[in-house]
Amino acid sequence: MEKIIKLWIKYDNVFLSGLLGTLWISAVTVVLGTMLGMLIALMRMGKSKVLNILADAYIEILRGTPILLQLYFFWIGLPKIMPFELSDTACIVTALVVNSSAYISEIIRAGINAVDKGQWEAAKSLGLSNKNMMARVIMPQAVKNILPALCNEFISTVKGTSLASVFFVGELMTSFKTVQSATFLALQSLTIVGIIYFILNFVLSKLLKLLERRLMLSD
Amino acid sequence: MTNEILRVEGLKKNFGKLEVLKGISTSISKGEVVSVIGPSGGGKSTFLRCLNLLEEPTEGRIFFKGEEITGKKIDVCKYRQQMGMVFQNFNVFPNMTVLENITLAPVLEKKIPKEQARDEAMALLARVGLTDKADEYPRKLSGGQKQRLSIVRALAMQPEVMLFDEPTSALDPEMVKEVLNVISDLTKSGMTTVIVTHEMGFARNISDRVLFISDGVIKEEGSPESIFTCPRDPSTIRFLSMVL
Repeated sequence: MEKIIKLWIKYDNVFLSGLLGTLWISAVTVVLGTMLGMLIALMRMGKSKVLNILADAYIEILRGTPILLQLYFFWIGLPKIMPFELSDTACIVTALVVNSSAYISEIIRAGINAVDKGQWEAAKSLGLSNKNMMARVIMPQAVKNILPALCNEFISTVKGTSLASVFFVGELMTSFKTVQSATFLALQSLTIVGIIYFILNFVLSKLLKLLERRLMLSD
Repeated sequence: MTNEILRVEGLKKNFGKLEVLKGISTSISKGEVVSVIGPSGGGKSTFLRCLNLLEEPTEGRIFFKGEEITGKKIDVCKYRQQMGMVFQNFNVFPNMTVLENITLAPVLEKKIPKEQARDEAMALLARVGLTDKADEYPRKLSGGQKQRLSIVRALAMQPEVMLFDEPTSALDPEMVKEVLNVISDLTKSGMTTVIVTHEMGFARNISDRVLFISDGVIKEEGSPESIFTCPRDPSTIRFLSMVL
């Protein structure tokens, strides 16, 4: 215990910068992943058969291969096809975004499909345009189905960012590696990182619960 | 007929291999009240749902005021705005208040100013005795109240035709009457109405014409008197002997 505290005091800036890394990578992944996920869900649910198949393939491939493999794939492959210079971090974040978009698109799709068929029909029968039907009738109800699953996805995204440490992208697990190789105190630094992850996800999950309850209130 | 509002020609609808409608032709005039009766699974609801294109007809043509609406170029939303529909399961929007349920479509699609839409909605609510529920959410309403709400929600678009799909089938018995009264008042005010119903007494009272649909075809049609007192088709006779 003493060693852990000493380690924290000495290397707190390393851990905190790792936390910062984890936070921004998670935030970017969640925001861009949700946006991309919506797009994929739209493609998956739209009328175009070609887009349906493309979206389906996208989802299946990303869910059917390990995330670590995907990180390597983007890390090696992305710089080769991009005309401009790409940092490791950019490649890894892109991979994380793409990966989470597949899961999020399925969450969104399931949430939308779970809205009672009668609601769609009522909206159509009133002559609402597709856009208005989705924005005013379907999505507000779908959000309530989507949110709980999305919260879980956010938390697993935060944990998923730890895989980025394989590529020494500055996040929490990377700080562990840094401190460990400097001090050889593996278990102690691991414990510190573990505690930070736990607190982060605990706070996040409570915040999301609160938000969820807020939204449910209107129903 | 000069005041014809809807004409259906050879309407067919398949679900996969199942032929639900096997060729239905009829014409409905402005202000006419048409009841559709018949056994379950006979195609009554599908027929009604084809009228506002909630089901896409497999074959056949539908004309609204002389214009073909089964064509490719038709703006389905614009067409549906002229045709109100009331469902068996109410389908009121749970995420909006009673008032918002009613004003949603007029404000969004007909660009009616909010204030005006609100006033019109309040007038409609008064008509069906729901004034005090204007700011409630639908979950606080009884089945009968929800159905009255769904009727005025449709009326707020000022449709030329109202379609009712078994509007009282999901209601508790004591609430049937309040909904039927609203529909009855509506038909008396001259609204063109097509109603699929199992309420035979009601159909007999309010209708100008009754269609008996079974096995995907109109087996018999005529005035309520002729259908209910001297049905000619064997399937009509069998059906009526079971429900009356």
